[in-house]
Amino acid sequence: MTEFSVDAIRKGGKLALSRVLSRVEADDESGRAALDALFAYTGKAHKIGVTGPPGSGKSSLVNALAHHLRRSYPESRVAIIAVDPTSPFTGGAILGDRVRMPDLQNDPGVFIRSMATRGALGGLADATLSLSQVFDAAGYDYVLIETVGAGQAEVDIVTLAHTTIVVDMPGMGDDIQAIKAGILEIADILVVNKAELPGADQTYRNLVLMIEMGYRGTGRINGGHHRLTIATEARSIEPEGWLPPVLKTTALTSQGIAELEQAIHQHRAYLQASGTWNAKENSAIRQTIDKLILKELSENWKKTLPAGLYETVMQSVSQRKLSPRAAARALLAYNSE
Amino acid sequence: MPEKKIRVLIAKPGLDGHDRGAKVIARALRDDGMEVIYTGLRQTPQMIAEAALQEDVDVVGLSILSGAHNALVPYVLEKLKENGQDNVFVFLGGIIPESDIPGLLAKGVTKVYGPGTDTRVVCQDIRAALADRA
Repeated sequence: MTEFSVDAIRKGGKLALSRVLSRVEADDESGRAALDALFAYTGKAHKIGVTGPPGSGKSSLVNALAHHLRRSYPESRVAIIAVDPTSPFTGGAILGDRVRMPDLQNDPGVFIRSMATRGALGGLADATLSLSQVFDAAGYDYVLIETVGAGQAEVDIVTLAHTTIVVDMPGMGDDIQAIKAGILEIADILVVNKAELPGADQTYRNLVLMIEMGYRGTGRINGGHHRLTIATEARSIEPEGWLPPVLKTTALTSQGIAELEQAIHQHRAYLQASGTWNAKENSAIRQTIDKLILKELSENWKKTLPAGLYETVMQSVSQRKLSPRAAARALLAYNSE
Repeated sequence: MPEKKIRVLIAKPGLDGHDRGAKVIARALRDDGMEVIYTGLRQTPQMIAEAALQEDVDVVGLSILSGAHNALVPYVLEKLKENGQDNVFVFLGGIIPESDIPGLLAKGVTKVYGPGTDTRVVCQDIRAALADRA
């Protein structure tokens, strides 16, 4: 395996970057070393999550947004991490998000990396955060992270992204769907994509209503203004609050994409002004540290178990002689003696 | 711990719009446990090489039914090499006249497949090629 070089990656070497992404994704020794070395250079990129149900147009929206960012800010570079599901049966995956990103394929300032979930639930792969850190260290200004088609509970993106965009489309359900817990709650920006389709206004109204219900009584909704301007007005009423704007887009014709870009930058300004930018970053890092501690502890501890003990206990559990909790206690107790 | 995933880019260079074969192969490789990146139709050799670079694939599978293989395939190989990816295996499928195959193999294509190929054979060949390299 080629030695990775922080220098090559920082200077924009795509081959070096691409190979390190693979090592980091595989979570092997060289990948871990690379991530450790690169971490010092992270903390600058704006990480933007794009999530929503399958077929709502996430990839097309990412395509249009990245294209728009590159045209509006030619100096900036955009990385895209597109996550698709791994088959639970074969371990294989078809990663097809590139098909929807034709405008970016000849742009040297855009780097698209497809990623399979490799068994992770929650809408991302285990290594998605790490990959976003590599892009951050490599000097990419925006990291757009497209989750797998999400239902109601795949909300991991919210801990990873500074700004979470939830994409909905007409005909996905009535106003009861809109007030359920889960995916709509995590939005910093709500987008009704395919806004040219019939029913788009209805979907838009449902989402605005949902936002309004969530914030009523906080003194931040002022009269009947349900447009992008609610966010701006709400800020002037209560500076520390952010009211998710609801936007209409048609990704395929780039309708509404400029407004989406504005909302993203407004959100960034809000995060930075309120100190939430660092708080978000730090809570993601805290989670990573906790996860790594748990992982090391359990790996090290498992090594101290006598061979075959785990399987013996497992047999008792499958014969229903022990409950899983009792089994876990028994295993832990064995080791502490 | 987890075995190294084989990553394959399936691409259709040039102007032919028949992608059934490419999709069948993509599906077969997926069912064999590989991660398949599918790029869609009408890709230029530069676009294919750039995608292979960004995705750090082990294998590029090209599907060509237009007859332009002698022009397109060497171009893809050249671009891969330019990017430093001369270790990537290139497999070719489509309507390729028998007489063109030796020339393509000599230029660096690993295998050429025609219509009716058993997809299991393709999976085996990919695994064998990668095992040889390791």
